[in-house]
Amino acid sequence: MSTLTEAPPPLAPQAPDPRPPKRRGRWTPYWLLLPGILWLIVFFALPMIYQASTSVQTGSLEEGYKVTWHFAAYWDALSAYWPQFVRSVLYAGTATILCLLLGYPLAYLIAFRAGRWRNLIMILVIAPFFTSFLIRTLAWKTILADGGPVVGALNTLHVLDVTNWLGWTAGDRVLATPLAVVCGLTYNFLPFMILPLYTSLERIDGRLHEAAGDLYARPWTTFRKVTFPLSMPGVVSGTLLTFIPAAGDYVNADLLGSTDTRMVGNVIQTQFLRVLDYPTAAALSFILMAAILLMVTLYIRRSGTEDLV
Amino acid sequence: MPFVNWLKRNLVVLAGLLTLGYLLLPNIIVTVFSFNKPKGRFNYEWQQFSLDAWKDPCGVSDLCGSLSVSLQIAFWATLGATLLGTLIAFALVRYRFRARGAVNSLIFLPMAMPEVVMAASLLTLFLNMGAQLGFWTILIAHIMFCLSFVVTAVKARVMSMDPKLEEAARDLYAGPFQTFFRVTLPIAAPGIAAGAMLAFALSFDDFIITNFNAGSTVTFPMFVWGSAQRGTPVQINVIGTAMFVVAVLFVLASMAVGNRRNRQKA
Repeated sequence: MSTLTEAPPPLAPQAPDPRPPKRRGRWTPYWLLLPGILWLIVFFALPMIYQASTSVQTGSLEEGYKVTWHFAAYWDALSAYWPQFVRSVLYAGTATILCLLLGYPLAYLIAFRAGRWRNLIMILVIAPFFTSFLIRTLAWKTILADGGPVVGALNTLHVLDVTNWLGWTAGDRVLATPLAVVCGLTYNFLPFMILPLYTSLERIDGRLHEAAGDLYARPWTTFRKVTFPLSMPGVVSGTLLTFIPAAGDYVNADLLGSTDTRMVGNVIQTQFLRVLDYPTAAALSFILMAAILLMVTLYIRRSGTEDLV
Repeated sequence: MPFVNWLKRNLVVLAGLLTLGYLLLPNIIVTVFSFNKPKGRFNYEWQQFSLDAWKDPCGVSDLCGSLSVSLQIAFWATLGATLLGTLIAFALVRYRFRARGAVNSLIFLPMAMPEVVMAASLLTLFLNMGAQLGFWTILIAHIMFCLSFVVTAVKARVMSMDPKLEEAARDLYAGPFQTFFRVTLPIAAPGIAAGAMLAFALSFDDFIITNFNAGSTVTFPMFVWGSAQRGTPVQINVIGTAMFVVAVLFVLASMAVGNRRNRQKA
């Protein structure tokens, strides 16, 4: 059985060898790359370096900032805002797990069970994207409104008692609590989980399911030993595509949360756009970037998938 | 127990449909509330049915102005990102060159970076350069973050292309330009179109990067954000609903065209 998980058979049709001998000029690829790569260097890589230098500057808005290798900015930022960092990881992590639990059945449904409804369901998954996500997030204010049907139902089913005990909600309210923020994050990034899951599920050969059934595997065993391992690339890229933007998000925490649910994105936004404390903001966003890159690298290495792009 | 068996077999279908409902619920709310006549400044509670907002979608000051800014930026950003991204994708798939690893990570990193980090660092650059924040800085930022997504979409298509087709064209005495425009480009077109559509959607809906680099320019998402603080006009829901409907119709139409083309081939 273990061979199945270790070496999945090559199911995707093999692409023809992409590199035939070339007769064209050897400089052609560089000319093709030049404009786009230059754009990314100037407006993506260079800003990162600028930001790194800003984070070690001291000074004030009036007198201007100078690079003084003031590394204490990092320590100050961390010690002042560690609750927001912890919250970001916690909320984004919970939302990612919820996305996986909610998204997997839908991706499975589209890939194997939808039949002629497949295209319609696919459109319904993608189409909400075209209504601005801010408008859709605001709609959650209506859905989770105090005394509304959703909150009423949760109250009657005593779900709120449990979440109150866990500290996710407070009293009879869902809005302005961590639960509302996680709910919004899950909702906003769910399609980013479903699409990669669907892509990797769709590649699975249906005959493998039949084979598993012929070998007396129960449906659940088939899922555990065949389907799920083969969908691992989708799980990995789905969780990354959900976790990364969720960890940096500040829209959900701002619209659906309260001052007690502020995430690190909120802090960066306020420091940058309202307080105008650029060094602290730069240090914070540098820490966020480093933390996420580290987590992503570890995660990719652990899950052993390389083909993310 | 036939019911329990049925339930067992269709559990995944039910769970999937529930998720679909969760995904669509806010859109339903947005649509329903576009027919609302709210009492106060905020459109969060149902009061009474009214067509006022649909009759006068531009009735709120600045709303349609911000919409047109967003559409312009999305148009130019899509054009720029699609052009630059397609060139990169062709270079990556069709050529060997040095620094391939570096190029690959430069394309992957913007997708693996939280938006707020890119937004903040880009603002640092613009402030350092003393650039005037506005339309152009937003456009620059949007081309930057859409680029990687276009590359990924086009690359996938070009990779699955059989290079023998181009060889055949050359064997039949097609020049490099003829080969490119009559063979390569038509085959790559669906990938390029997918990349362009993705870029348009990403640019049009972007809030975080825009919020940092917009200065006093107001795009549609920024208008919505501001209205969440000041009071949400019903017209926002009208525009959201209209966009949803247009998108669904557009996708259905493009699928119908694709089906007809496939049938003609067969």
